[in-house]
Amino acid sequence: MALISKHEVVERRALLLALLILVTVSIGGIVEIVPLFTIENTIERVKGVRPYSPLEQLGRDIYVREGCYVCHSQMIRPFRDEVERYGPYSLAAESMYDHPFQWGSKRTGPDLARVGGKYSNEWHVAHLVNPQSVVPESVMPPYPWLLERELDISDIRERLETLRIVGVPYTDEMIEKAVEDVKAQADPEADHEELLQRYPKAMVGDFDGQPDRLTEMDALVAYLQILGRMVDFTDVRPEDLAQ
Amino acid sequence: MAVAAASSAGVARERIAYNEEVVRLFTIATIFWGVVGFLVGTFIAFQLAYPWLNLPYEWGVFSRLRPVHTSAVIFAFGGNALLATSLYVVQRTCRAPLFGGPALAYFLFWGYQIFIVLAATGYVMGITQSREYAEPEWYVDLWLTLVWVVYFIIFFGTILRRREPHIYVANWFYLAFIITIAILHIFNNLAVPVSWFGAKSYSLFAGVQDALVQWWYGHNAVGFFLTAGFLGMMYYFVPKQAQRPVYSYRLSIVHFWALIFLYIWAGPHHLHWTALPVWAQILGMTFSVMLWMPSWGGMINGLMTLSGAWDKLRWDPVLRFLVVSVAFYGMSTFEGPLMSVRQVNALSHYTDWTVGHVHSGALGWVAFVTFGALYYLVPRLWKAERLYSIRLVEWHFWIASLGIVLYITSMWVSGIMQGLMWRTYDSLGFLQFSFVETVEAMHPFYVIRALGGVLFTAGALIMVYNLWRTMRREVRAEELLPSQAGALRVVPAE
Repeated sequence: MALISKHEVVERRALLLALLILVTVSIGGIVEIVPLFTIENTIERVKGVRPYSPLEQLGRDIYVREGCYVCHSQMIRPFRDEVERYGPYSLAAESMYDHPFQWGSKRTGPDLARVGGKYSNEWHVAHLVNPQSVVPESVMPPYPWLLERELDISDIRERLETLRIVGVPYTDEMIEKAVEDVKAQADPEADHEELLQRYPKAMVGDFDGQPDRLTEMDALVAYLQILGRMVDFTDVRPEDLAQ
Repeated sequence: MAVAAASSAGVARERIAYNEEVVRLFTIATIFWGVVGFLVGTFIAFQLAYPWLNLPYEWGVFSRLRPVHTSAVIFAFGGNALLATSLYVVQRTCRAPLFGGPALAYFLFWGYQIFIVLAATGYVMGITQSREYAEPEWYVDLWLTLVWVVYFIIFFGTILRRREPHIYVANWFYLAFIITIAILHIFNNLAVPVSWFGAKSYSLFAGVQDALVQWWYGHNAVGFFLTAGFLGMMYYFVPKQAQRPVYSYRLSIVHFWALIFLYIWAGPHHLHWTALPVWAQILGMTFSVMLWMPSWGGMINGLMTLSGAWDKLRWDPVLRFLVVSVAFYGMSTFEGPLMSVRQVNALSHYTDWTVGHVHSGALGWVAFVTFGALYYLVPRLWKAERLYSIRLVEWHFWIASLGIVLYITSMWVSGIMQGLMWRTYDSLGFLQFSFVETVEAMHPFYVIRALGGVLFTAGALIMVYNLWRTMRREVRAEELLPSQAGALRVVPAE
């Protein structure tokens, strides 16, 4: 083992040892990660995926703040039982505007990738305030403060601008109208035409059961209600999904 | 030979003014954060068994406390243990005091504790990136980067000033850990803050790319923080406590380079069957299975160091902690490659099997090797005659071991059961179980797991008492075997 007898050279030179470590640990990461950015078909070409509406994005930020990912995944695997339980398996395209991704790693609770539209707003509110009131066997914690706290929309434009810097295609118009869009989406009386043009399929109306207030619950439920609904799977062909 | 260098102590040399004060501080921090991490972990384990323990306050719910537990045990307990031992080992094996003097060392100590406090207080207030094991927000990440650079300067500077011609094997592992963690930390936390005066930021990457960067980080937090660094610990404390040289110099070279090369590739096994392209999944699986070999190379090198000294296991509970930790390392590095096979992962992923696997590594390997190192270090750092009580080390060992057994077995059962229930069909071809029925079925195992946590924490509290009395240089009057009385007396520090 001639090579091993030469190892002495490395053991006597600290800088060489450090450099060799640096090179050795860099190879794997470069080979695996760089192609994900350069290979074009990493993300499937499907129609319908759009940036989150300002209200949905604020809801997503609350999802991140509360740490929902520790118990809920957002990634349906291509197995018969998962597709039957949750719906079509998740595509990479569906989380292409997710900063950060929230695929999760543990299902203490069920997957949420397609929870949108499955339950009413009232159910979500009751469930988030006291999960055991609607699912007695649940081990989920209560989040009653979501219903109490006013939604902070003071920096919504800055949030969308930051997301634009990291690659979400928000237009100038979307950023300019951000505050109006938040209010319109949570107001059943408002004119929703422009909002729905900018953010198709967004669910509109009063989410938290308090029509005169805009709370954190409004935002979180609006986010949960869009999850998995952007892509219309009735007109997706298998060829479109080839990776 | 370099490997023999560590055991050549005792030769008369001029005294070197080692910085032991900072090692003492890191040792106390290790003990303190360990207890905090175990207590929070046990509490949140009970929350999963009895959800009414989720206090209806923002800071009291499982989802905000779980990162407190994981960060406390990994970065606070494990991190301080790595800092304490690496700074102790690098001085002794290089025969040089810490580079940068006491001021830089104190900055490292307090800087690291500030990082921990900033991170943990953020989580309970809802300041988190929700990236697993990388939850701290951008300002905490920047602070940690600075602290880590200082750590590298102190450690590497000490190596450069060494008076031994060879760099000892433990230091290779510590160095690989410090360098790789820096790379992982920086790239995984690339983010743009919404405002310079606010906590919120958005990650630079999104979706599938973000997922792979995160698990490239996440798996190598295990590979380099919880493995390479702790292998450095093994390579110093096992030979020291057993008073035998490392088994094989060649094996240590082969397994070091193989381990650090292969580990980096293993990340995608956390993303099997997801929207990550299949080629990346296959690469991750292949390298994870190959990783079994260098992992067991390390285990064999650690265990076989006891050649000719196996009898010591009978009466030296400190050595037993160290050796059992290496055995747990072997077990979890076999289980890991198994779970990284896509077909196995289809069952195990998203279930408690993963949680059990992590804890066989964290409790059995990381914590046990740390306990062994603490029992070795404290009498020496505080210049005590020996540990306050050997009997209490025995108690700690057996109570903690029982706790681990309860933890791992209950999680195996609950994980495999839940995975199977999800995919069970009835005779008519419908899914047999609703999701919440699987939650209900896990309840007894969550209770058993929490009891395992109680035992493990109780063992740690016994250790705290024992070490505290040792720091006061007290010796408990207890009957010892003749071999214990002689051998467990700490040789006056060199």
